Amino acid sequence: MSNDDKKFDELSRRGFLKAGAGVVAAASAPAFFMKDAWAADFRNNPGRSKTVKFGFNVPQSGAYADEGADELRAYKLAVKHINGEGDGGMLNTMKPISLKGDGILGKKLEYVTGDTQTKSDAARASAKRMIEKDGVLMVTGGSSSGVAIAVQSLCQEMGIVFMTGLTHSNDTTGKDKRRYGFRHMFNAHMSGSALGPVLKKEYGTDRQAYHLTADYTWGWTQEESIKNTTEAMGWKTTATVRTPVGAGDFSQYITPVLNSGADVLILNHYGKDMINSLTQAVQFGLRDKNVNGKNFEIIVPLFSRLMAQGAGDAIKGILGSTNWNWSLTDAGTKAFVKSFGQEYGFPPSQAAHTCYVQALQYADACQRAGTFYPPEVIKQLEGHKFDGMGNGPTEYRAEDHQAFKDVLVVRGNENPSSQFDLLKVEQIVPRSQVEYDAKIFGGELGPYVV
Amino acid sequence: MNKQFFQSDLGTMLLFSVAILTMPVWLDPVGANYPDLLQKFAIFGIFAIGFNILFGLTGYLSFGHAVFLGVGSYTAVWSFKLLSMNVLPAIMFSMIIAGIFAIGIGYLCLRRSGIYFSILTLAFAQMSYNMAYSVLTPITNGETGLQLSSQDPRIVDNAFSDAVVEGLPSTNLFGMEMSGYPGFYFCAVLLIIAFFFSLRIFRSPFGMKLQAIKSNQTRMRYTGFNTRPYLLTAFVISGIYAGLAGSLLAVTDPLAGAERMQWTASGEVVLMTILGGMGTLVGPLLGVGIIKYFENIFSSLNSNRLHEIFSWLPDGLEDFVVTVVSHFVGEGWQLTLGLLFMLVVIFLPGGVMEGIRRTSTVIKNYNAKRSQNKEAVTAAASKESDDGK
Repeated sequence: MSNDDKKFDELSRRGFLKAGAGVVAAASAPAFFMKDAWAADFRNNPGRSKTVKFGFNVPQSGAYADEGADELRAYKLAVKHINGEGDGGMLNTMKPISLKGDGILGKKLEYVTGDTQTKSDAARASAKRMIEKDGVLMVTGGSSSGVAIAVQSLCQEMGIVFMTGLTHSNDTTGKDKRRYGFRHMFNAHMSGSALGPVLKKEYGTDRQAYHLTADYTWGWTQEESIKNTTEAMGWKTTATVRTPVGAGDFSQYITPVLNSGADVLILNHYGKDMINSLTQAVQFGLRDKNVNGKNFEIIVPLFSRLMAQGAGDAIKGILGSTNWNWSLTDAGTKAFVKSFGQEYGFPPSQAAHTCYVQALQYADACQRAGTFYPPEVIKQLEGHKFDGMGNGPTEYRAEDHQAFKDVLVVRGNENPSSQFDLLKVEQIVPRSQVEYDAKIFGGELGPYVV
Repeated sequence: MNKQFFQSDLGTMLLFSVAILTMPVWLDPVGANYPDLLQKFAIFGIFAIGFNILFGLTGYLSFGHAVFLGVGSYTAVWSFKLLSMNVLPAIMFSMIIAGIFAIGIGYLCLRRSGIYFSILTLAFAQMSYNMAYSVLTPITNGETGLQLSSQDPRIVDNAFSDAVVEGLPSTNLFGMEMSGYPGFYFCAVLLIIAFFFSLRIFRSPFGMKLQAIKSNQTRMRYTGFNTRPYLLTAFVISGIYAGLAGSLLAVTDPLAGAERMQWTASGEVVLMTILGGMGTLVGPLLGVGIIKYFENIFSSLNSNRLHEIFSWLPDGLEDFVVTVVSHFVGEGWQLTLGLLFMLVVIFLPGGVMEGIRRTSTVIKNYNAKRSQNKEAVTAAASKESDDGK
């Protein structure tokens, strides 16, 4: 052994130089592997290929896994409809429409999937795999604003369009907006504007609010927006407490609420977190309490049917806002609920709806542009107005890529007629009431060509 | 002669370098040839090699090594934000700051050994994670993660050029962009250097002392060695390795999140080392390969892909096989990894490396026996012919 050591010592200097030369030679090898990159005028150009690919990046584990599973169902349905299989769903109701039900620009649509794990790192790794290995044209999905923002900035760097899934933070199309990212979902600011008047009517102007907030970008901006709205109408904020995402047990956060003197609890939670915190708050008897001579109330600013299903009886009578609900009666909603129900046997959630619309809108923009070249597709989407997709007239605003449309204020159904009939639409708040100036959140979209 | 050469250190280094640098070629058939995954192999390879210097040599199981990974990432991103997009200062600062953290945490934790040491490191890691997650939000940007922004000062870069660039700048090594394959080759070269240092430590008197600590620390003390400085040095070196790995994560993708410091990340490197074979030079790298491959490739297999793979089976059987297999891939990838880990721990306590060693012994024995048999047969034959005479 000592012999070997000696040999190494003798050889190390010269040998190291030799090895170094080898390393340099090998380092020049990338040019060989990158030859495909130079041949394309933009990343993942499908060229003469007969197919194009979308990347569906959804949470399959963690606090938002239920939403992720529903998103994936909707995406698979969207692929079917774009390729002309099944009953066509919203392709029959969407206006204007250029898609012909034969794929996109005559190319058949395929897809790859990935797990975001609701972690920025994992989501970016998964998106990179789709872009670098699978050659996807567009990435879409996700159920957390933290993840959406991380993936959106990655897609901007890579020059791949990102159609966000479920993301409700103001930052996604506010200070962290990107040229390559588009959002169909509404945001926390719009939730605040829509909920404000209803809360005023229901609960009066003299209330003490206590916030429990998921500790990341979405929670922060929703807390801020709701706080601004409620304080403007005379409510006071007793405390705002941040809770970690995926905490599971919220009892340690709920006990202090009882003694704080607050008479309204605002839960800025989503997914399994909201199911747990709401159920525990109800179990602790908060709703039966009488504080300051008023009935104690709980508000969940962002509601979804999936969560309502998980929370069971706890949601009865609770107010919140939502992007879309399957019980709407317009033609687009009916067509979508019908084909989703036929495929999977139950109605879609708001997550499924927004993802389905996003996939269809991107595909239609490519068809309109006549090319997959991202800057042209982006220009088609910016300022695009459409109708017949469940939310009435909708527009992707050019200044910040946020979609503007009516917002639903909903209430947990007291007498559900089925296990899915859990949310009752209280009011449809018109677009004009939730619209705001794009400049208030700052941020820059960035360049078209990267 | 040839055999001797390959068993020498120089031979090992050459073989290793060639294997690492040609990864894009030999990983292509298994679908792992794309820059992001290759970068991850190299970066977590450095992390695991560093971890193995502490765990493999001294037997001190640190359950909070991801702290240094996170610290390295945050430092690197801050270096990009404040100084320059060049990767060299970022890497240097990351290693220094991670080293300082390691001195502090190591000094306190190494007062205990065994399970108490593990728990202490875990406590520090969890503390750092929570600080990064909520208390230190101005420095770490909480759960959203620290990102570049176009308003960053970047003092050095802006002092030398006043060209206005639209959008965010990218990390570079004197103009060479550090994403894609160049990023991988940069990480690969650093991995080779890191491996070289680890090899020298394993073979050095210092490494011998660390191994002596593992086998019997009390006896070591009785012979007059103060073991703590050696332990602290090993801890700091391994922390610096983790800092380097963390900075490379930021170099290839300029974003740092608190989840990099979570206990699951610390646990992952322990899994990698045990799965591959603790205390061996190459084992941890094999562990990294297996775990990252599962996380990235297995998790992306969906039923469509499975139908393609098993399309050669008859229809009914194909559906059955796909239904069964689909539970173990896609979102079930962790289940498969768990099963594999259990099998390895039960049947191959020394990890994959032990498996390789056992297989090679079996082959050697078989060959030896065969040649022995041959000799016996020829001997018998010659005897027979003798008898016949």
